[in-house]
Amino acid sequence: MISLTSPVRTRAHDWPAGAKLAGLCLATLGLFFLADPLAHLAALLAVLGLYALPGRRFLRAGWRSLRMLWPFVLVVGLYHLIDASPVQGAVIAMRLVTAVALATLVTMTTRLTEMIAVVHWLTAPLRRLRLNTRALEIAMALVIRLTPVLLDKGAALAESWRARSPRRPNWRIVLPFTLLALDDADHISDALRARGGLHSPED
Amino acid sequence: MERNVVMIALFAALIAVLGLIPKITLAFGVPITAQSMGVMLCGTVLGARRGALACLLFLLLVAIGLPLLSGGRGGLGAFVAPSAGFLVGWPVAAFVTGWIVERWRGAPLALVAGVASVLGGIVVMYGFGIAGMALVLEKSLVEAAALVTAFLPGDLLKAVIAGMLTAALARARPGSLLSRAV
Repeated sequence: MISLTSPVRTRAHDWPAGAKLAGLCLATLGLFFLADPLAHLAALLAVLGLYALPGRRFLRAGWRSLRMLWPFVLVVGLYHLIDASPVQGAVIAMRLVTAVALATLVTMTTRLTEMIAVVHWLTAPLRRLRLNTRALEIAMALVIRLTPVLLDKGAALAESWRARSPRRPNWRIVLPFTLLALDDADHISDALRARGGLHSPED
Repeated sequence: MERNVVMIALFAALIAVLGLIPKITLAFGVPITAQSMGVMLCGTVLGARRGALACLLFLLLVAIGLPLLSGGRGGLGAFVAPSAGFLVGWPVAAFVTGWIVERWRGAPLALVAGVASVLGGIVVMYGFGIAGMALVLEKSLVEAAALVTAFLPGDLLKAVIAGMLTAALARARPGSLLSRAV
């Protein structure tokens, strides 16, 4: 599977995930209140500098994650050229790239386990209200486990389709695929119940 | 309890898998992915509350860095990008879709689920998506709407498929159609 995390270990990996996320929230909020084009240019260059710091491999990985932005930058650029308001267009485009690049930076330098720890910490007030957050944690683990399983089943179905038909698999395959998934869900919930269910242990 | 949690997790995984199906390019060059059909199915099959929860669970996993959005995208960047409004709209879209399927019992299920998918998965979702795009790109709502109309034919097609699929699922596994469970 494609990974969104950094291919190299950076110094930012050692910073606490909660602090990085809080900083990201503040920085993004700040970007939306900033109107000065020079300040936006400075922010953009600073973020690009952060991408360049850990070296070439990191920069290339970051570049790949930001690819989806270019169509939007193009549309905004063209619109404001036609509209004869290039400065405003530049501000919008720079803000867009800076905000997404900063967020991507946090994602790249924070491991999944640390993110899950932040989620656990954020849901602590719910536990104090005696709500069971174990269901959420199990559900997160289940999605991570089920996605590749479903993907395999889908691939197997597509293969058996191709064995029987000269035409390419189309949307009709979604029905048997969903049926397989629903049957899996029944088995998994039986298995969970057999192992004591989701009632939280006395804590 | 266990079954609900597993079904919610399953549909979150289903959204992810539908996003990995290679995209089909419509005749006029607009790529469509099946991911938004996953959101519609969350509503039609799971019902309002569970459908919304499945979407929230999926978005939580995207936010913490899993590349589950179509094209292998994900991470926090997705939530500040121009298309972020659509993501915010997913849980609401699934809720509205599910709410309609739960309440409207008088007509054939395929029709009900199809109409519910159009209202929830297109009207509500585009509402959020257009508002988000207008906000991030500083354009008027009409201009933002013009940017997304290209995706409308694909999404209408997906709503029709979601409707037929829901009816077929109800015939094959009536017990799994939680939106109509008594």
